[in-house]
Amino acid sequence: MSDLIDGFIMVGQMDVLVAILLSAIYGLVVGSLPGLSATMATALLVPVTFYLSPIAAVATIISASAMAIFSGDIPGCLLRIPGTPASAAYTDEAYAMTRKGQAEMALGIGLWFSAIGGIVGTLSLMVMAPALAEVALNFSSFEYFWLAVLGLMCATLVARSSPVKAIASMLLGLLFSCIGMENPAGAPRFTFGMTDLLGGIEPLPALVGVFALSEVMRALATAEPPPLPRRKFGSILAGQWSLTRRFQWPMWRGNVVGIIIGVLPGAGADMAAWVSYALSKRFSKTPEKFGTGHPEGLVEAGASNNASLASGWVPALLFGIPGDTITAIAIGVLYMKGLNPGPTLFTERASSMYALYIIFILANIIMIPLGILMIRLATRVLRAPRASIMPVILMLCAMGAFATGNNLFAILLVGFFGVLGYIMERNGYPVAALVLGIVMGSMVEQSFVTSLIKSDNSLLPFFERPISAVLATITLAALLWPVAAWLIRRRRRAPRRPAPQGG
Amino acid sequence: MTPISRRGVLLGAAALPLAGTALARPALAQTRYPVRPLQLICPWGAGGGTDATARIVASLLERELGQPVNVVNRTGGSGVVGHAAINASNPDGYTIGIITVEITMMHWQGLTPLTYADYTPLGLVNRDAPGVQVSASAPYKDIKALAEAIKAAPPGKLKASGTGQGGIWHLALVGWLQAMGLKPDHVRWVPSNGAAPGMQDLVAGGIDIVPCSIPEARAMLDAGRARSLAIMAPQRDPLFPDIPTLKESLGVEYQTAVWRGIGGPPKLPAEIAAKLTAALEKVAKSEQYAEFMKSRGFGMDWADGAGFGKVMAETDKAMGEAMRAAGLAKS
Repeated sequence: MSDLIDGFIMVGQMDVLVAILLSAIYGLVVGSLPGLSATMATALLVPVTFYLSPIAAVATIISASAMAIFSGDIPGCLLRIPGTPASAAYTDEAYAMTRKGQAEMALGIGLWFSAIGGIVGTLSLMVMAPALAEVALNFSSFEYFWLAVLGLMCATLVARSSPVKAIASMLLGLLFSCIGMENPAGAPRFTFGMTDLLGGIEPLPALVGVFALSEVMRALATAEPPPLPRRKFGSILAGQWSLTRRFQWPMWRGNVVGIIIGVLPGAGADMAAWVSYALSKRFSKTPEKFGTGHPEGLVEAGASNNASLASGWVPALLFGIPGDTITAIAIGVLYMKGLNPGPTLFTERASSMYALYIIFILANIIMIPLGILMIRLATRVLRAPRASIMPVILMLCAMGAFATGNNLFAILLVGFFGVLGYIMERNGYPVAALVLGIVMGSMVEQSFVTSLIKSDNSLLPFFERPISAVLATITLAALLWPVAAWLIRRRRRAPRRPAPQGG
Repeated sequence: MTPISRRGVLLGAAALPLAGTALARPALAQTRYPVRPLQLICPWGAGGGTDATARIVASLLERELGQPVNVVNRTGGSGVVGHAAINASNPDGYTIGIITVEITMMHWQGLTPLTYADYTPLGLVNRDAPGVQVSASAPYKDIKALAEAIKAAPPGKLKASGTGQGGIWHLALVGWLQAMGLKPDHVRWVPSNGAAPGMQDLVAGGIDIVPCSIPEARAMLDAGRARSLAIMAPQRDPLFPDIPTLKESLGVEYQTAVWRGIGGPPKLPAEIAAKLTAALEKVAKSEQYAEFMKSRGFGMDWADGAGFGKVMAETDKAMGEAMRAAGLAKS
């Protein structure tokens, strides 16, 4: 109990509170700019943490990353340009709501359910951290392979276009993920002798290209859409409580899935959002409404990506294993500030741990007022003429791509993916599936090849290990279900067809 | 009278400061370098270990030189892009960079023509030797037991991981196996995206050995999930005094390490290099630097320009041998 009080005293320090507030505002702004991800926001904070007290240093990372994941929803909803890869899964849905005149509702969902997801994720961290960490430690490359395949299958579930086109886009994404030498053999592939391609295709320039740049190109080629009726922007939180009650079950499923995916090292908020959105559609009573501006998927995926953010800290704090790219950076800061990850952090430095929990909850609570302010400011772009917004977006795309590595090549990549995205969209190929393929590609290959090396080329362990067997069953069931359903339908219809011939 | 065109005025205005600096720079550079901010190129991404080292060196160097030192992350091409940028920069002392052990490996694989000889070495600031880590539940009590088990096992039965194929820890394993008189692939290498996933797989029971640096394995060692049986270094690490060296525990003479150092482009004027090396020495021996390195668990080491050059040449030779043995070298 005294540890808890100590924790409150540590967070109550002026420097910590100021750090939380400033980094929250910073995270909101960075996350909402297309091309600057939550990981980027965190990485840029590291030099600042050199000058802060340990608790304040960790507080900046916690609050900036939570805000950035939420505010990535804002440009996605208003302009159909996701601010972070974690928002890409449900950008079309949120934008459809905006076109229906429900921007405040869509953004409110992002805000309200992000905060809930963050708080539930934190509670899981507080109550179940050691147990969750055990689960994560049981995951070997065999389990990751099935997980990655399940992730890829979301592409067909999420897409509104024909499944064949969705699979084609996803395969193209997988092809892009083959570029470079970051593959199990360590051999350069498809680099055409170019040094810049050795490192492979990062998901971020691809995301910025296919979503943001191709949107700018579309704006050039098409007439301005009819302006949304000028009206007073409604309350952002109104109706969220009734949505919470109406979509209680999807919300909880989103939280749980987010927590599980967050805990697994290597799978972060991006994957949590994809899987949750796909699950939501799969188990919805009204799947046909998805993609037309239906709140259900937003509720589930919005809760999921923020829940995964908190639970991603579990393996990081207990074993120094990063749950995602954000905690990878946070681990370095923890060491530097003397908060060495390990079980002793939970026992000997329990007051510091309580302080971290309190910061998590605090960050998710102040997200609501700050988020409302941010949304109010951001919605002004809806009223601005397109001719003045698009050049700014173009500049942000270039800036964001350049900022990741101070490398001009990233800007060329954005250009390439912009053109590609434009052509794909015009022909009905979903670009989100392409991004998913690029994000998941290396995980699929890495886990498959390393598993085979470990098992001396035997496929049996993919089905033998207990968790692996469960995941394999789910994957195969999800793969075979549509085929089985189609066969059953055919069977039922079949006896009727020969009847006229016989008569 | 010719009317003054707007373009002419603009051109003149643009040319003035250029002419000014062109005249002033050589004179000033000789007398009191540095007169303007420096750039320190980091070939690896923001937030990682090399980035953190670059930033602490930069902030302490700033105090010594009296000019801001800005860290610029030039990533891409698995480190090739940033290393090429350091090499191609202007040899005026205003652009330097953090050079990592990969410079002695990449050219053997045919990824870049750049070698360690394409830099002016200024100072070595960090060195970390790999340990031999096994799972806490593994039966090997000490390095001798593990070495016996490796020798007794059929080739390829035991697996090791901790970095990509041909990465530094893979080569450390190859070197160690060869020093024991075994084939380089007697223990099979499982490529991974770095030491942390390797350590996780070790604890999950997927592999048997992770030869990564001890700071990278530290959290799992502290958690009691893994044990470090030996360190591939000439002497024990003062931060981890309980881990014996390979030589004292196994009698095998083998050592390797990752290192990070500061370097500049070739043909850096000697007086500028001397000034930078002197400043770097003060940085590397400062209390703040020691405190930072201790907190991250990174190994402290210092060598001046000539010493760093020697370390690079030795590593380059050893890496070339290990990579040829493992069939990874192209040249």
